[in-house]
Amino acid sequence: MLYYAGQRLVLSVVIVMVAVSILTLMMHVVPGDPAVMILGPRATPELIEQTRVAMGLDKPLPIQLLTFFGNILRGDLGQDVFTGRPVSRIVFEQLPYTLILISVSILWSAALGILLGAYSALRRNTWLDTLTGILSVGTISIPAFVMALYAVLIFAVWLGWLPAIGAGRGFWDGISHLILPAFAIGVAWVGYVARIVRASMLEVMGEPHVRMARAFGLPERRITRSHILKIAVQPAVTLLGTGVAHLFSAAVFVEVIFARPGIGALIVSAVNERNYPIVLGAVLVTTGIIVLATLISDLVVAWLDPRQREGM
Amino acid sequence: MPETNETAQPETLVSVRDLSLDFDTLSGPLHALRNVTLALPKGRITGLVGESGCGKSTLAYSLIGLLPGNASIVGGEIAMDGLDLAHLRASEWRKLRGTRIAMIFQDPMTSLNPVTTVGQQMLDIQYRDRSSRAEKRAKAVEFLEQVQIPDPESKLDVYPHQLSGGMRQRVCIAMALLTQPDLLIADEPTTALDATLEMQIVDLLKELQGKFGCSVLFVSHHLGTVAELCDDVAVMYAGEVVERGTARQIFHDPAHPYTQALFECDPGRIREATRELPTIPGTLPDLRRPPRGCAFRARCPHAWPRCADEHPPLYLRDEGHDARCHLLDETEAVA
Repeated sequence: MLYYAGQRLVLSVVIVMVAVSILTLMMHVVPGDPAVMILGPRATPELIEQTRVAMGLDKPLPIQLLTFFGNILRGDLGQDVFTGRPVSRIVFEQLPYTLILISVSILWSAALGILLGAYSALRRNTWLDTLTGILSVGTISIPAFVMALYAVLIFAVWLGWLPAIGAGRGFWDGISHLILPAFAIGVAWVGYVARIVRASMLEVMGEPHVRMARAFGLPERRITRSHILKIAVQPAVTLLGTGVAHLFSAAVFVEVIFARPGIGALIVSAVNERNYPIVLGAVLVTTGIIVLATLISDLVVAWLDPRQREGM
Repeated sequence: MPETNETAQPETLVSVRDLSLDFDTLSGPLHALRNVTLALPKGRITGLVGESGCGKSTLAYSLIGLLPGNASIVGGEIAMDGLDLAHLRASEWRKLRGTRIAMIFQDPMTSLNPVTTVGQQMLDIQYRDRSSRAEKRAKAVEFLEQVQIPDPESKLDVYPHQLSGGMRQRVCIAMALLTQPDLLIADEPTTALDATLEMQIVDLLKELQGKFGCSVLFVSHHLGTVAELCDDVAVMYAGEVVERGTARQIFHDPAHPYTQALFECDPGRIREATRELPTIPGTLPDLRRPPRGCAFRARCPHAWPRCADEHPPLYLRDEGHDARCHLLDETEAVA
């Protein structure tokens, strides 16, 4: 298990480095000199040259890349073009809001999804199974931002039960501000997870080792837990790991709609202002988190299933 | 040899009487078992042979209550110590499974839980015992030793996929015997293994059956294995038991034309070199509409008009040996 974890970790670091290189290169492929963009059209050539040197743009590309990597390792993601504040600080100020939003969305949707999926599989063709099926397909096909708009409309504007805007202050206020966005992001995942758990449960339930467990008179609850669910949740865990990337893009919309601080809102405003260092920094951090989430889901699957550990 | 004391009537453990079972299919009920009557004597190995689709596995599964959802028992009973296994509730079945009845399955590669260690699975099946974890572990090691697994202690921490097929089937046998069942059902336990392993597993089963004294129902389509292992044999055809007797009677004096035809097709019995392996011409009858007379009539070289009209009962051939064939009736009439 440790060996497998180590292998996966090294691979993840490589993935992040490749992603960072591509990102940096993309910034250079974009037409226009970053220095000109920062200073505006009326800057003097001397000023432009000065800024280029200050940004290290006069050096060859590989050196720039190396410097960039070096800076990342030192936690330096560059400066905000307008305020001159370090990008890393700006990003890490916003990050907790998004992380909380995404983790809460994942946790509630995974828990409910696994529960519904397992129940649907165990009580196949009952009304709850049918209802879950219909609702799953329905919620999967509604995008998170549409869900967010309706959630605001119904629960904040019409009913006035929950706040529509901001992240709130303090613990309880924070939670009440979290409910609607987390609902909007997570509801589609309940459907995804329920469908996938149901399908893989049905598959595992037909396997001979489940029949053998019954032949030994093991209690049904124990068979469900250690013979069926332990295998059947694996696809869902993998889905959730890779799903973190989708959750981040859903968070971009949802944070804007709810006027919540967070990485998504930060990226949107930075893109609007052409504030490239912040875009780069925010995307870099999100990439790291996505790779980390994939790593975690792979490790969870390996922990559940010994066959996966040797699959590398 | 157990066959020598066949005159002493052994006690019956399980008595299947007139058992009929239907499978619900889209095109109507399929009569998979029809009036099956069979006694499993205490402490002996009964072989159940027949071609694929004859209902031998269905019969085996009905003895442990693991029939698929579309199966229903429509008649008869399975008596075991005052219980009728044909009409048992799920909770009552669970009390029998893993205590009085155990089963070994066909494919050892998929019969063990792939995500749990062998040791944990062997502890899990002892969940009824109140003994300590250490005692249960010791019992697991003891039974792994019984099935001749080398270095059993270390195998407890191994996952099934790290063992070979033969080893896995040994683990399954160890698990089944660990529960000290009165009846052990083995559903083609050697079919998925190669010939060398098959002989090893058969020898092991025979040895352990002698040691633990449980009754065994051994389902197989391999006649050589059945001859090697079993004390008694029942031959099934198209959902019926067509011949019953001791292994010696069946193998030396097969009375039913189907049994005779089976032996002629056994590659182990062919004496002369041929270019083609012999087969029984024709196929199993459609069990949605079983034929009125003898089910084997269409493929039988000896069929005569009576076979089409009248369903043959089990005629006595010898003591403890009977068969469903009108030919036997005639020999009696002639004699």
